[in-house]
Formats: sequence, structure tokens, C-alpha cells
Amino acid sequence: MDLQLKQLGKRYAGVTALDAVDLNIRSGELVALLGPSGSGKTTLLRVIAGLLHPDTGSVLFGDTDATALSLRERNVGFVFQHYALFRHMTVAENIAFGLRSRRRRDRPDKATIRRRVDELLTLIQLPEHGPRYPEQLSGGQKQRVALARALAIDPTVLLLDEPFGALDAKVRIELRRWLRSLHDKTGQTTVFVTHDQEEALELADRVVVMREGRIEQIGTPHDIYRQPSSPFVYEFIGRTNSLVGHYANGYFESDGCDLRWPVDLAGAGSGRLYVRPHDLVLTDAGDGHSARITAAHRRADRTTLELNVEGQPESVELDLSMTSNATAPAAGDSVSIKPLRYCVYPLQP
Amino acid sequence: MANPMRDSMINDPLAGPRWLRWLLIAIAIVLMMLLVFMPLAMVLTAAFAKGVGVWFAALIEPDAVSALKLTLFTAAIVIPLNAFFGVLTAWAVTRFEFKGKRLLMALIDVPFAVSPVVAGLCLVLLFGANGWFAPWLAAHDWKILFARPAIVMATLFITFPFVAREIIPLMQQQGSDEELAARSLGAGAWTMFRRVTLPNIKWGLLYGVLLCSARAMGEFGAVSVVSGHIRGLTNTLPLHIEILYNEFNSTAAFAVASLLAGLALITLVLKFWLEARHGDALSQSHRRHS
Repeated sequence: MDLQLKQLGKRYAGVTALDAVDLNIRSGELVALLGPSGSGKTTLLRVIAGLLHPDTGSVLFGDTDATALSLRERNVGFVFQHYALFRHMTVAENIAFGLRSRRRRDRPDKATIRRRVDELLTLIQLPEHGPRYPEQLSGGQKQRVALARALAIDPTVLLLDEPFGALDAKVRIELRRWLRSLHDKTGQTTVFVTHDQEEALELADRVVVMREGRIEQIGTPHDIYRQPSSPFVYEFIGRTNSLVGHYANGYFESDGCDLRWPVDLAGAGSGRLYVRPHDLVLTDAGDGHSARITAAHRRADRTTLELNVEGQPESVELDLSMTSNATAPAAGDSVSIKPLRYCVYPLQP
Repeated sequence: MANPMRDSMINDPLAGPRWLRWLLIAIAIVLMMLLVFMPLAMVLTAAFAKGVGVWFAALIEPDAVSALKLTLFTAAIVIPLNAFFGVLTAWAVTRFEFKGKRLLMALIDVPFAVSPVVAGLCLVLLFGANGWFAPWLAAHDWKILFARPAIVMATLFITFPFVAREIIPLMQQQGSDEELAARSLGAGAWTMFRRVTLPNIKWGLLYGVLLCSARAMGEFGAVSVVSGHIRGLTNTLPLHIEILYNEFNSTAAFAVASLLAGLALITLVLKFWLEARHGDALSQSHRRHS
């Protein structure tokens, strides 16, 4: 079922948490709400769930206006960051809870419930864990049980609030890949909240970047990464360097260098060129911006150079792939650098 | 292989020197013996000083029986009511945001802070012959003061905080996520309470109820002010003991006292059993108290 959010607004104690948010989510989509803390992403998720009531605007599930419906009536699957499993119930009882709590006339019989629970236990790859209690499970297992519990009610939409936030790094990556494959299998419309750009980019069909209660950009992970709509998105999505300068006639000239880089900007003015460390390369003198290496950090798979760029106030970082250069340059060397892929934004006066 | 216990004792920065540890433990034990165990032993010794027959006679004497009945009657009303009010208050305080919430939190502790005698006097002020409600009560021929209603009310007031105090930290710590999850899965309010909230707080609730009942049966000050000390009618066990004692009938006084102490001991044993069996769930609530 499609989801439509129209002009949603919410204020807490004088602070705007949501500011006229419009968003359409297609049936079967996996959407990430991404943003720093305080950007309104969790508020938005809770408004969709019915955990919070918006001050303005409406939430549509398909053609039905769900704005006035309570949490209970919306039939959403909500997964909490800290699992919120019922601690005194077994895994199987947790999963069966939604079906057992239905009014008698809508309640499936016991055998049907048991079959559904078994199906879901298999789906979350914990077929033997039905009789266990939540405290006997690891964090990743708990979150999978929470997911199965939410799926048991065939929810209109699955909503996940920082679902991997409480897990350690390795489990987090495993679980998100598993969630992606689960989504490919079930086609369940899903919205999840995260502040981790890597998670959003890897997992989602579409990423919604939020900032101060507004949507800053909506796009595929590729779009968001390659064509960030603003310096905010650019900086939030990954490691960032910037060079100041000015642009005119479709070219950008950075301060301290007379080379010009083509840009897709009309008009003229001061601007800032953004480039990721792995999109910066070393080049021949005269073909790039001259710089001096101040430090070289070796890592397993790459060397990161810290550079002072001539005429630029901020130092930049450049990633050297260890396969391309047998001998990496060292601190103190003078080099020339060139951005391969970059974005230029006008500076706000 | 190193003994981990020993290592942890040596490395524990809080352990201090051995003699200090034993000294502190000894002081605690001696104090407990002097202040708690010896008086209790004295009560029992004095109660049986003239033999089991005299002890038993003091217990089945009609006034004593009626005092016991009144005490149990009061407890039977007060404990369920305060369990109910306690859960209600804890729910309101931990699940809702409202103006005056901090004031309500402070009010919960008032019965602990105020002297029971003052609490009793407040009831006199409201329901006494010259009290606020006196004309209305007189018109309807209702007797509150120096009767059972006042005794129940005084006990209700004094024992109100026990259950709420026990559950609030528990519910605060557990948060509302499980309840919200239950609602999102389609559970109604009652199903949510019965199947999620109540099982999560049940041991804390039971513990609060135990403390509440021990106090309800033992309360003296507030009840003394409002009861009127009518023998066989408005005397509870503690009041009956005082009367016997004032009449220099100390064997009977101690005999009844041993009965009261016995009731207290039953709650204490239940409490021990609860803690041994469900220490984890209980300690969660107790960590917050300290």
C-alpha cells in the first residue's frame, strides 16, 4: 500500500521537529530516513506509526486518511531500537502476541497461529529458538525476533527506529544485509530511521535526508552520493574536502591555483568545491593544484595523505589506494592534486 | 592458577584493610542484635513468662479477638485499595507528562514525611464534632471518627506510598516501549496492562504490598488519634497492646505483641522468599532507591 505524507508539522515545546514535510512512499519500497540527531527523522517515523500526533498535515495509507487513527488501529509493524521484546514471554509467545490479541472474531485459531509463528521463526533463521526467553538471545537475535513479531500481523508498513543502533559493528553489517535480502523476499513496504549514512546507502531503495525538520533531499543512494543537493547533504553523506574559490561562465577556479574546473552552475560568484578524499588524485605538476603533504596515515587498504593546499584555508585529505602506488609519497613532499569528481555550490553571501 | 576471588579482594579498591572490614561487620551485627533481635526476643520471653496457658488466654480474650479482627479487617480493605492506587499513581507518573507531575511525586512521599499523629489530627479536623464535614455527616447520620471508617482512612493514608514507591522506579527503568509495542500489535488497553505491564511489575508490586500490609497491621500513631479506643469496637492490635500495657497487664500485653510480631515475621519471611526467588527483578527497583 502506498503511503502519502502531506504537509506534516510538529512542534515540541517551541522547537520545530517537523516543518511541512511531504513524502510519498511507494508500495514495496525500502526507504531510509537519514539525518543527524534533532533532524526530525524519528519524529516523522513516530507520526507515521501513530505514536505521535502531528500538529498539521495528514498521513494517508493508500486512499484512507490514517491521521486520526490510533497506533492500535493503524496496523503498522514498529520495531524499536532496544527491541522492546516482552521479557516474560518466550520468543514464540512474543511473535504470536499480535495475532492472539485480536478480537475473537478476527483471531486465527491456535493451529494457524502456531503455523504462522513457525513460518516466521524459519524466516528469521531461528527455527529452534521458539521456547527461549529474550534474555537468552544475543542482540542481533533479539532484533530479528522483534522483526518477526512485527511481521506477524501483516502490517501495512514496517517501521524501524534505528534498528541496528544498539548492536556492535559486525552484527550490524550482517543484520542489515540480512534485512535487505528479507525485504527482497517479502516486498514489505519498509521505512527505517538511521543516522548512519553507510547503512542508509547500502540498505535503502531511496534515501530521505532530513535536516532541522525538513527534507533536504530525496533520492536513490547513488543520487544522494553522487549528486548531493546541498553542502549539508554532501558533508553528511561521507568524508569531505572543500576548496574555496569563485565560479563564472561554467568554470570554477580555486584560490591559489589558475586551473579551471568545468561546473554546471549559471551566473558568477564565490563558491566552494566539494570533493571526497577518494576522488582526489595526485597528478603531474601544472595539471593540478600544488600542495604539500603534512602527514601520511597508513591503513590496511589505503594511505590517507593530509595536504596543505596553496592558497586554501583548510587542509584536505586524499586517499591513495595501496594497489595503485607501490611507493607512497611521504610527509614534506610537494605534489599536485586534481579532483576527479566534485560538486560546486555557491557560497551564501 | 590464581584464585580469582582472592585477586578481586586484593585488587578491589573499596575493600580496605582486613581489620577494618571485620570491625564494620562486627559493629553492624552488634547493633542489629541490640536494636532488633534482643527486643524481639524480650517480647517473646515476656509473653511466655507465665506459661503457654496464660499466653493463649490473653489471645482468645474477647477484646483481643475483636482487636485482631479489626486489624485484619482494616488490612483487608487498605491493602487492595493501596495496591490499586499505587499502580494507578505509578502509571500516571511514569507514562504521562502533565503539569504538576513533580508536585504529585512529592505528594506521594508526604505520608512518610508527616508524623502519623498529624495525619490523625487532620482527619479529626475534617470529620470531628467541629470539623468541616461535621454538619453534613450529622445530617446523614454517618459516623466516621471514632469508628471503623476513620481507622481505615488513617491507615490508607499512612501506607499509601509503599506500593507506588516500589513500582515507580521499576516502571521508569523499564520504559514504555514494550507497552507501545503491544499497542502497535493491536492489543487493547486492558490486554496491554494484563499481559505486558502487570507481568513486568508483579514482583515489585508484591513486595510493595508486603511492606504495605506489615505497616497497615502495625500502624499506631494515626489510628490512635482517630480510633477513640473503644474496647471491643475500635481497638486495633497495637492499640489493644497499649491499653493492656497501661493497665500493668504486661504479660497479656506481650502476648498480644507476640501475635503482632508474628504477623510481621510472616511478611518478613515472605519478603525473604521473594528476594531469594526473584532477586533480579526486585533489585532492579531497589538500585534506584539508593
